Amino acid sequence: MLHIPCPHCGLRNETEFHYGAEAGVAYPEPNVLTDSEWAKYLHIRANPKGWLAERWVHFAGCGRWFNLWRNTITHEIGPAYLPFTTQPKKPDNIGQEGLKA
Amino acid sequence: MSEISFSFDDKIYKGHQGEPMVAALLRSGMLSITTSTYHGRPRAVVGLGVEEPNALVQLVSGTKESMLPATVIEVADGLAARSLTGVGALPELPEEARYDKTNRYVDTLVIGAGLAGLKAADEHLRAGREVLLIDDQPKPGGHLRHLGLELPASLRDVLAHKSLTYLCRCTAVGLYDQNYIVAIERRSDHLGNSAPANRARIRVWHIRADQVVLAPGAFQRPLIFSNNDRPGIMLSHAAATYVAVHGVQIFKRAVVATVDNQGYRDALRLHHAGVQVQAIYDARPVAEGSSVDAARATGIPIRFRATVLDTVSDAEGVCESVIIQDLDTNETFQITADLLAISGGWTPIVDLATHIGIKPKWSEAHAAFLVNHSTDRLRTHGMLAGDFGGDDNPSIFFGPELDEEQSRHAYIDLQRDTTLHDLRRAVGAGLNSIEHIKRYTTIGTAHDQGKTSGMLTIGALCQLNGVAQGGKPGLSPADVGTLSFRPPYIPVPFAALAGRERGPLSDPIRITSLHQWHVEAGAIFEDVGQWKRPWYFPKPGECMEDAVRRECVAARQGVAMMDASTLGKIEIQGTDAAVFLDRIYTNMFSTLPEGQCRYGLMCKTDGIVFDDGVTTLLGKNHFLMTTTTGGAARVLAWLEEWLQTEWPDLKVYCTSVTEHISTIALVGPKSRQLLQELVKDIDLSNATFPFMHSREAMIDDIPVRIARISFSGELAFEINVTWGYARHIWERLWAMGRPYDLTAYGTETMHVLRAEKGYIIVGQDTDGTQTPYDLNMSWIVSKKKEFIGKRSFQLPYLKAAGRLQLVGLLSDNGDEVIPEGAYTTELNAHPDEHGKTRHTGFVTSSYYSPALGRAFALALVADGLNRMGEVVAVPFGKKVLRATICDAVFIDKENIRRD
Amino acid sequence: MTNTHDTLSPGTIGRRRAATFPEQPPRLWKSVKPKKAYDAVIVGGGGHGLATAYYLAKNHGLTNIAVLEKGWLAGGNTARNTTIIRSNYLWDESAAIYEHSLKLWETLEEDLGYEMFFSQRGVLTLAHSVSDVRSKRRNLYANALNGIDSEWLTPAEVKKLVPIINISEDVRYPVHGATYQPRGGIAKHDWVAWGFAKAASDLGVDIIQGCEVTGFDIKNNKVQGVQTNLGSIAAGKVGMVGAGHSSLLANLAGFSIPIQSRPLQALVSPLLEQVLNTVVMSGAVHVYVSQAHKGELVMGAGTDAFNSYAQRGGFHVIEHQLAAALELFPIFSRAHVLRTWGGVVDVSPDASPIMGLTPVENLFLNCGWGTGGFKATPASGWVMAYTVAHGRPHELNQAFALDRFVTGHLIDEHGAAGVAH
Repeated sequence: MLHIPCPHCGLRNETEFHYGAEAGVAYPEPNVLTDSEWAKYLHIRANPKGWLAERWVHFAGCGRWFNLWRNTITHEIGPAYLPFTTQPKKPDNIGQEGLKA
Repeated sequence: MSEISFSFDDKIYKGHQGEPMVAALLRSGMLSITTSTYHGRPRAVVGLGVEEPNALVQLVSGTKESMLPATVIEVADGLAARSLTGVGALPELPEEARYDKTNRYVDTLVIGAGLAGLKAADEHLRAGREVLLIDDQPKPGGHLRHLGLELPASLRDVLAHKSLTYLCRCTAVGLYDQNYIVAIERRSDHLGNSAPANRARIRVWHIRADQVVLAPGAFQRPLIFSNNDRPGIMLSHAAATYVAVHGVQIFKRAVVATVDNQGYRDALRLHHAGVQVQAIYDARPVAEGSSVDAARATGIPIRFRATVLDTVSDAEGVCESVIIQDLDTNETFQITADLLAISGGWTPIVDLATHIGIKPKWSEAHAAFLVNHSTDRLRTHGMLAGDFGGDDNPSIFFGPELDEEQSRHAYIDLQRDTTLHDLRRAVGAGLNSIEHIKRYTTIGTAHDQGKTSGMLTIGALCQLNGVAQGGKPGLSPADVGTLSFRPPYIPVPFAALAGRERGPLSDPIRITSLHQWHVEAGAIFEDVGQWKRPWYFPKPGECMEDAVRRECVAARQGVAMMDASTLGKIEIQGTDAAVFLDRIYTNMFSTLPEGQCRYGLMCKTDGIVFDDGVTTLLGKNHFLMTTTTGGAARVLAWLEEWLQTEWPDLKVYCTSVTEHISTIALVGPKSRQLLQELVKDIDLSNATFPFMHSREAMIDDIPVRIARISFSGELAFEINVTWGYARHIWERLWAMGRPYDLTAYGTETMHVLRAEKGYIIVGQDTDGTQTPYDLNMSWIVSKKKEFIGKRSFQLPYLKAAGRLQLVGLLSDNGDEVIPEGAYTTELNAHPDEHGKTRHTGFVTSSYYSPALGRAFALALVADGLNRMGEVVAVPFGKKVLRATICDAVFIDKENIRRD
Repeated sequence: MTNTHDTLSPGTIGRRRAATFPEQPPRLWKSVKPKKAYDAVIVGGGGHGLATAYYLAKNHGLTNIAVLEKGWLAGGNTARNTTIIRSNYLWDESAAIYEHSLKLWETLEEDLGYEMFFSQRGVLTLAHSVSDVRSKRRNLYANALNGIDSEWLTPAEVKKLVPIINISEDVRYPVHGATYQPRGGIAKHDWVAWGFAKAASDLGVDIIQGCEVTGFDIKNNKVQGVQTNLGSIAAGKVGMVGAGHSSLLANLAGFSIPIQSRPLQALVSPLLEQVLNTVVMSGAVHVYVSQAHKGELVMGAGTDAFNSYAQRGGFHVIEHQLAAALELFPIFSRAHVLRTWGGVVDVSPDASPIMGLTPVENLFLNCGWGTGGFKATPASGWVMAYTVAHGRPHELNQAFALDRFVTGHLIDEHGAAGVAH
């Protein structure tokens, strides 16, 4: 049960959110892409071990999408930020596994 | 303490209310209380609490729960239990107990109400924080209780503090990310017959704490020697507590084997309680400390560099004498003892800390793995953090060297009957990871999850691996590492974790505003997602087939109505609403005139059909979209995702109105006539109110919105009305409709009617692999604009030849309804040498049509649109039907009936 | 009905001994240090990797090969799954490879000379609604055409087969029927991996633990070997079989694959008198359960929602799963959750595996098995060995190539199978 900082509602339990994988993948201009480029947009998303900027939607709260830095090894939660705003820099590990939020 | 009686294995015992069941049994002389799971050896209690490896019982009273350690069962009037040999039973009895859950947010959660936990609670209270203190014992004090001591007054004040909540009998079972703790509170078993009937037996606590203090204490560990499993061999702290605190007097002559000063303290307690302690055998070369001095002063013989090698039993298998080995000379001698009290050092309870990935560190000084963690969110206190509080000075010693034969009886995991010999075989088989050893030997996999056996395994592996790798015996446990601990810390009943999510509460039930009418009308319901929808409305004596035929005939020949309120409904407003819908739907919506409706299809980015429905332009920049019943939530989520994350420049607002608007579909040639009787303010004739138009109107002073939408091909009206008025409208129609023989119909009839007309149901006539083209709906794919999924139609496979396409299918035998899901093959198809038969498609929808007077089906068939009139085989079970491919529209291809 | 298992008397209180296992052979596998070079290297010492090595040696005569495992052998998903074996998949491509796998399972203990408690106790897949029945029956008809044993059971027949299932109408999602594959079942997962490891080791395969691949040596788009924490290892061919970490390996080799790593949790109870002698799955309520040989109930659920390499998930997933399980099996209410754990599974866009060639020559990929890889262990190894040995896919893994995401020819097991376990 992650504790996720919704930028609009504050810290809430994970069960109020839906996950949306890698953040910042823009919808491309489809008709200029080759099939492989289009397939890449359709199916490939970052899956790093460590910090991942990812999308969540607070579906059981404000209903808003936002982005979040989260560590996929420790489950540390980094800063949340709104779509189309400047991405905060990748957080440093705080060495406190699974606890920050 | 009041005296009560309880039963164990059908015999009656006396006990003191609230004391551990094993204490009462031991006092009565009941030592061997079970036999071991695999080797059938007699076994007795070894420990004090949840670490107990042997004394498992099943309750015969109350819930009949199985696999509970008798060390943690508090005796109460009416308690009855029976012994188990390591295998539990699940009685098939109705569940009478109640289980509930609660949530708590606190400043500080302290786990463990021993001295360390209480002191930590005190500090946090002084800092002005609110503290939740949980502890798995019936009373606070931890270690002090085992010593029979009262809490100091200062700590009693802590418990009385107004900002502290103390929960006893509450065990933290899991520590999760961001200080989320799950705890299990036992609330009624200890009350026996006097438990209030309505009290939840177990409460599951979900706790989110700003700070967590872990002060869980430690378990004493045994030693590895031959025949170390006999009744009469106990952990010294447990033995001394049962004797000194619980008045157990069955032991006459004790021997203490120790590696630390705890053995001395327990020897003294045994001595003072009247047990003759014949000697303390200490594996260390020397020992110092007040307890050692005190033991010396009482005259108990102490021998250093000596430990227990083996034990000898009486005819019942109970420990009778002990064989001691001098660790320097290897000389052995025998000494009689009915109690062998073992102090093998302490194992701090690292479990919770490891749940979130904190790695325990080996401390030579403590001969233990510790977690010394101190951050602003999580701190460890007490023994877990290495505060052993005294002069223990343990040595890193797990037992004497044993030969092959001795190792066969040197138990490491008593519950699993695994021995040092098993461990040696595992190492001999080439295994060196402790995880492999665990899986090979099953050590640590029983109910106690290695609480006493884990550290022994590590100790033994140090020796064995050292030898196996040619190194010196005595690799450090730091090299071996611990077993991994996983939640829950103690076993938890399924029922407790399920809580109230049982039966009707296991998933929300969604009903429409007309539900009660349907119930009263005798509807049979089907589950569609969370919704309950009327499936059909049987009249007395009718089977489903009869009812559906009657309902179909009414809709095609007279008038019928259904509750379509479960359709997803989304209001879409804003200056860019039309632009947005153009991007979402494959067809154009920006050209839709006000007051008109249009059917739309939406695809995912991969070009696969995702949902469909009719959208109406209610007014300027104001659409009402309908979705499939099951798709409502995901379509809204889909719209929001695009708006928020891709097209924030679009001024569009989406609102779910599914439960605000009820929809009644009035269907059939007589529907206009009937409805006009109720609707006075607008003319329903085709000329003024054409197909796919929408109008506001009044029925009995209630505003409604009526749309000429048909999912059957018949003349039909969809009446949208505010949820709360739906029953009134429905009942007015029902009353007015009596002369028309107005018939209520359910989803099955809806399916027959729409399939006759070739209308698809997304999810039934599609399976997540169809493009609009596959559904013969190229007419709905706009060439003029860009929309989601369009690019994917250009991918090679999506435009390849031979794709499955939606067609009609008529079986040769018109009375036979082809099973849905059946596959089509070529007529002469036969299994190949692998037993496989090539198929060409499958049946998606199949019904008997009263209108056609025969059965018919929709199917997805490879290249089906180019194969009209061809005959295919439909094999299923032992049968093969012949069927002809035809157009998917069976009724009114010219669209005359709808007007 | 072809169920031939003992009839049970659920809830009987007896004092039966739990099953004991036969003795293990004196040596399982030899742990060795890596050589400078091999003909082929398999990255990933789980069940699939070990099976690949075994079949490379046995079927293709390639014995100068090594399996590199970064942790302890078979310590990933092989050690963490719920051991369900079945082949009654919907799509022809899936059915073909899983059925090949099931056929291999049926003789595997004999082939490897190693007991692994493969037990064909049947797999029951429940349907809970009208539409659920429709899709399950389609599955049944598809299986029939693919020569896969599968039967339809009415609720009464379900009850007869598994007397402890609650088939009453008043549960939230009543049982409407079920498909049953009698040849499905379970096996003892660790022993499966050890059996392959032992057999491979006996054929001369080097099994190297604690060896983490940190890079690939690629020249002219052709793989030359791998870099590891134990040094460089040259290899003519390299197979990537590192479920959970597949996308990381692909990134090391310079390309991307459509894989997300997700936690998948499971749980086990203490030993219980036998009450369940078949495997029961329910996609609609997200439960799958069997009772292992010794008597513990083994249960699993769906994946957690987010990407993670932590091998742990949220407790709410477990709580929800138990609530669902008690709806079906009221008798489980007094059973205990003894241990929960998580694995890291590869989730692919169409819930089907990705096997075959990669953009790099002589570098081969096997990943994306999601929540259902255990049952495929032998066949996955079989076709992967073929692919590595011949440099082209076996007919059974042709359809599972990486390029299907470009052509659009997905094998979508989401739609009909619900939860693809």
